[in-house]
Amino acid sequence: MSVDGPSQAFKRHGRIVIVGASLAGLRAAETLRKEGFTGSLTMIGDEPQEPYDRPPLSKQVLLGRMPADGAPLPRRCAIDAQWRLGVAATGLDLVGKRVRMADGEEVAFDRLLIATGTRARPWVKEAEADLDGVFVLRTSGDAVLLNRRLTARPRRVLIIGAGFTGSEIASACRERGLEVTVAERGPAPLVGALGGVIGAVAAELQRAHGVDLRCGITVTALEGDPAGRLTRAHLSDGTALDVDVAVVALGAMRNTEWLAGSGVAAGPRGIACDAGCRAFDVHGIVTDDIFVAGDVARSPHPLFAYQFLSLEHWGNAVAQAEIAAHNMIASGPDRLPHLWVPAFWSAQFGVNIKSTGVPTMGDKLMITQGSLAEHRFAAAYGFQGRVIAAVTFDQARWLDFYRKLIESAAPFPLDFANVDRRPEGLRPVPAEFPDPSLPSHGPTVTLSGYSPSDRRVTFTPAHA
Amino acid sequence: MTSGTLLRQITDYANRADPYPLYAELRKTPVARQEDGVYTVSTYWEILSLLHDPRLSSDLRNRTPQPGCALPVEEDPGLPVSFIRLDPPEHDRLRRLATRPFGPPKTPRRIFNMRGELAQMISELIDGFQGRNQVDLVEDFAYPFPVTVICKLLGVPRQDEPRFHVWAEAIVAALDPNPAEGPAERQRASDQARSELGLYLAELIEEHRRTPGEDLLSALALDHGPDGQMTSVELIATGVLLLIAGHETTVNLITNGMLTLLRYPDVLKRLRDDPGLAVPLVEELLRYEPPVQLLPQRTALADIDIAGTTIPRGAPIWLVLASGNRDPQRFSDPDRFEPERQDNQHLGFGSGIHYCFGAPLARLEAQLALTELARRLGNPRLVNDPPPYRQNPVLRGPRHLPIAFDDLSA
Amino acid sequence: MANPVEGKQVLMRIVVDLNRCEGYAQCAFLAPDVFTMHGEEALMYTPHADDAQREHVVRAAAACPVQAILVDQWADQRADEPTVAREADVHVG
Repeated sequence: MSVDGPSQAFKRHGRIVIVGASLAGLRAAETLRKEGFTGSLTMIGDEPQEPYDRPPLSKQVLLGRMPADGAPLPRRCAIDAQWRLGVAATGLDLVGKRVRMADGEEVAFDRLLIATGTRARPWVKEAEADLDGVFVLRTSGDAVLLNRRLTARPRRVLIIGAGFTGSEIASACRERGLEVTVAERGPAPLVGALGGVIGAVAAELQRAHGVDLRCGITVTALEGDPAGRLTRAHLSDGTALDVDVAVVALGAMRNTEWLAGSGVAAGPRGIACDAGCRAFDVHGIVTDDIFVAGDVARSPHPLFAYQFLSLEHWGNAVAQAEIAAHNMIASGPDRLPHLWVPAFWSAQFGVNIKSTGVPTMGDKLMITQGSLAEHRFAAAYGFQGRVIAAVTFDQARWLDFYRKLIESAAPFPLDFANVDRRPEGLRPVPAEFPDPSLPSHGPTVTLSGYSPSDRRVTFTPAHA
Repeated sequence: MTSGTLLRQITDYANRADPYPLYAELRKTPVARQEDGVYTVSTYWEILSLLHDPRLSSDLRNRTPQPGCALPVEEDPGLPVSFIRLDPPEHDRLRRLATRPFGPPKTPRRIFNMRGELAQMISELIDGFQGRNQVDLVEDFAYPFPVTVICKLLGVPRQDEPRFHVWAEAIVAALDPNPAEGPAERQRASDQARSELGLYLAELIEEHRRTPGEDLLSALALDHGPDGQMTSVELIATGVLLLIAGHETTVNLITNGMLTLLRYPDVLKRLRDDPGLAVPLVEELLRYEPPVQLLPQRTALADIDIAGTTIPRGAPIWLVLASGNRDPQRFSDPDRFEPERQDNQHLGFGSGIHYCFGAPLARLEAQLALTELARRLGNPRLVNDPPPYRQNPVLRGPRHLPIAFDDLSA
Repeated sequence: MANPVEGKQVLMRIVVDLNRCEGYAQCAFLAPDVFTMHGEEALMYTPHADDAQREHVVRAAAACPVQAILVDQWADQRADEPTVAREADVHVG
């Protein structure tokens, strides 16, 4: 079948395969059906469950408020797909248009959507990672195991890495009354995502809630007993901690290995695609029939100087999947660009943290409303004289105002009066982002330059 | 027709029954400077945007005095303004304090647990229709019901209603921005009423402090949280606000609701057959006939560029919620009442930090009340259409709503 | 009542778009067993609810001022094959 210019025939009888059966894959499938695709649809996912929601895993699940395996995502419409769950895709034949599966089968497609997402970065030393008591948290399977262990009331939980996931886990553990130590290589929690000024507030929150927070510290070794159970952690300051649970929260790795040698521009930073979600090949030429969405994608954004942006955000997965699906069955002029302004949230220590834009691009910051000391504020980040991002702590109802400032490239510093301007917010201060290699957690928004192919990039995995 | 005269027409009582064609006219200029310096905002996206804009103040002390405009008013020195007339951080602190005994996170079940009581009150009021073939829905139901609810909630004796009813009327009358209606005089009357109501509540709060009950005033008087405690005057001002708001808005939601249902008998029949319809129906009602039509109290703290107009610092702003709710750029077929409208993010309760404090209670009251009225009234019909309206263009609703019916189901 | 699949309990699957959520807490007022506020503004919810909660969840979803709550019906079958027997999808709001 010809699919140059997606004809009505393709919409009726085409074959679409979606690799990755999580949020992005599901929302893409729904969009395809809602927009009239009646051909065959195959969903391939390496996890055995139907698509489920991940954010609760580090919050409600660890608080024991819901079962770890109990969050299948609601459907917006029937998607009538062939499901291949629990079997990973292992390869892509770009010319023959087939996906190879771990069980040896191959699935043919006319158009492919890649939404394989990310996985938790494991502890660097394999033997230590295998100790009983060492966990990561990404899948519902991970959450089942971790929750079970937390329910057994360990003496102390060590969390390695104070990014959003690590901080949320620490919050849940404290709420359950567990002793928690957080080890963070950078100067403060969340510093890689929000900078040092906001990171200092995050540190105050942790300490106020009884977390033993240790910054500028790495974990040098995890030690087990003869039975292979974790007993101690050794820290870079020469001290050791008795712990029976360690959660490795060192950020995510993109699931692109299965595309090695396929000819698609896939690497450790993700799969490069254009603003219409079409994947680039290794020569930097956009492909016609391979689309990308969600955490695994990196695509250029006009608001951020057309740099390739990769976003580990729930909202991006939804928005990009909808655009990708639309473009898979739309022809030239009807195609839409993915212009979503990055946005994310985190709930920790009873505070709602929300952000929009790309904070890591900001070099200056102003507390435009509220006050850092009250842990209740809105802050705007500036870059080259314009507003590039904003973050709120328990001030979410104002965030949309800042999104519009970002979208309209409003000038920074902000000089207007508003309802809650305090003296501390009248002058911009450095946002204090550390050297990106320093924090042990990822920023969740990553600008990765202008090259569609990042094969030349040497990626240094963060060590704790 | 100039827009200046348009604003006068909107506040003119003659147009109270159907202001919607005037709003449509107003929307031709989404943000318009009116002849007395007021900036009207009448389109959905612009209203929504300004409700989330920190450059808008709810505190009248930030308003530049306008020639020919009565506001800003002098504040009653005895009683501070309530939190709807304040900006953060004071607003946020007082609203958090008021929320503690009222709703989540600290008291999530107070309203939820009132469902049985609400149903009981509704039943008793409708039982009172027995032996009649005509009632005034306002006097016989839509007014007494929310008043009973708010009294119960706050811990105010129901039998004192005749006293505070007079004060409430005077306070609400001052919200009428119609300059033709003697604003200075109304303001004086309102201040007087507010003082008297304040004194009344002060006494009551003292009683509750001595003998606390399960009610909000007792909880507010005794509560100590991370934000400390309301001062006595803050507590009185909050009490005045809640009593008035619980008094003067839900009555319109229920009355507008029944009026609309009687104008759409097919919907009334569907509601009778399927009580679940009440849930989306009340949302549509909040879009179609919102009890609070406009917010006339906002002021620009800085020059604001919006929809091709610059609202200057200090200028009074009216956000015409009811017009935004009928904006065809936002809602398909906006003048049609569609109880199962899917895409219905209306402005009926406002948006942003001043989002209606009592919204969950108002929703429950309206859902339960309309369902029961639909179920129990046999062949209900309007006696006159349109019914006589209350004077107020801000809190808009019928003064009386005579309804005839054949019989009453059990 | 929408589409109970015979012999199986019908649950509702729930997801809240927390990017949209502005913490108005309307859902936590109206369905407090499913939606709870964690602090002043952060929402936590149970991603599924049984029939006893249906009325409350529907109320909560309709009341959301930013229409961030997505609910559908779901026959409880935790098999590997997730194709729902009958999908009666209700996007409330």
